Amino acid sequence: MHGFANPARFLRLARWMTPLLLVTGLVLVAGSLAWGLFYAPADRLMGETVRILYIHVPSAWLGMGGWTTIAIASLVELVWRHPLATIAARAAAVPGAVFTAICLATGSIWGRPTWGTWWVWDGRLTSMLVLLFLYFAYLALANAAQKDGIGAGSRVTAIFGLVGAINVPIINRSVVWWNSLHQPASITMGKSAIDPAFLWPLLICALGFSLLFGGVVLARMRAILADFQAEARLRRRAQRELATGRAMSSVEGAAT
Amino acid sequence: MSTALKPKHQRLVLVILALVVLIGAALLAIWGLRGQASYFYVPSDIASDPPEPGRAVRLGGMVQQGSIQTLADGVTVAFVVGDGKATVPVRYTGITPDLFVEGSGVVADGRLDADGTFVADSLLAKHDENYMPRELEEMSEAQAKAVVAETTAQ
Repeated sequence: MHGFANPARFLRLARWMTPLLLVTGLVLVAGSLAWGLFYAPADRLMGETVRILYIHVPSAWLGMGGWTTIAIASLVELVWRHPLATIAARAAAVPGAVFTAICLATGSIWGRPTWGTWWVWDGRLTSMLVLLFLYFAYLALANAAQKDGIGAGSRVTAIFGLVGAINVPIINRSVVWWNSLHQPASITMGKSAIDPAFLWPLLICALGFSLLFGGVVLARMRAILADFQAEARLRRRAQRELATGRAMSSVEGAAT
Repeated sequence: MSTALKPKHQRLVLVILALVVLIGAALLAIWGLRGQASYFYVPSDIASDPPEPGRAVRLGGMVQQGSIQTLADGVTVAFVVGDGKATVPVRYTGITPDLFVEGSGVVADGRLDADGTFVADSLLAKHDENYMPRELEEMSEAQAKAVVAETTAQ
């Protein structure tokens, strides 16, 4: 584990993993979406509306998976103080929020013809909306903390990431604990109430979106690391300039 | 004791303690919400603790087989909603959703009238967790019945 926490080793690994994940994910998503949208059958009750499943369900899983990533990385940051964990948590927030928003939007579009309403305040829908707001709050907090790099502000963000994780099991259990308009889980431990004709494209789609998610997280981690390095280099240079007693005007002169 | 914990382990213990407290608090909150956070009442709730007539409530359950009747005016449907333990007769005037069929779930907003009939103002169809292509529908009638029995048993 400590081996991967070394930024140089991580960058070497991420350099070839990022395009690999992105390209494989893209191919799988394109293939399974074409399968699901054009070749898979229509549902006995919902008809063609069932096809929204192939986007809605993977988005929901990844929306929750994004926060699980944030929570695990936050725990590692708080206890072991690994700088890469901080960066991983930051990197997972934006794709997690995007998938949560896609899940809410597609769910609403599906709900109108199926249930007869765009939105209801039942346990599942409400807790998923809370997850989206938690992402917004996390991103705001992370942006505010960015000024002091990996310091006290970053620790506040990590604590928020860990506390917010309490919502993830609530989303998962909401349809069991409370009567809700949203149906209970179709896929539980080794059992599926989804016919194989729908299930296979769904699973491949979920795998493809997960790889895309991983690729985006790695790309964002590399970008954040590059940002840190550039900033550190600028700071060192500024200090050197000051130490040699040159005025700031000469720095600007050299830069032009 | 001279065996002071390493800072790393100190932090781990602290985080675990904080998480235990947090999960405890969340469980308490969820326990407090059980009842209140439900989106609708099921027929057995109505039977055991009937709301006074005229109070707005939401009722959810399965439309009983063979219970849907269209009344003489042509736009009012009468049907029975059950949850396996109790049933409530429902009347609704308006356009029903596509998924409103016998044996499937329904959620209705409305109120009880004086003779115990639930008068619905709006009707939502509840989709269950089963996804099945049209071609396979006839083949798995028995399976569908088993699923209905399973859902209504709760």
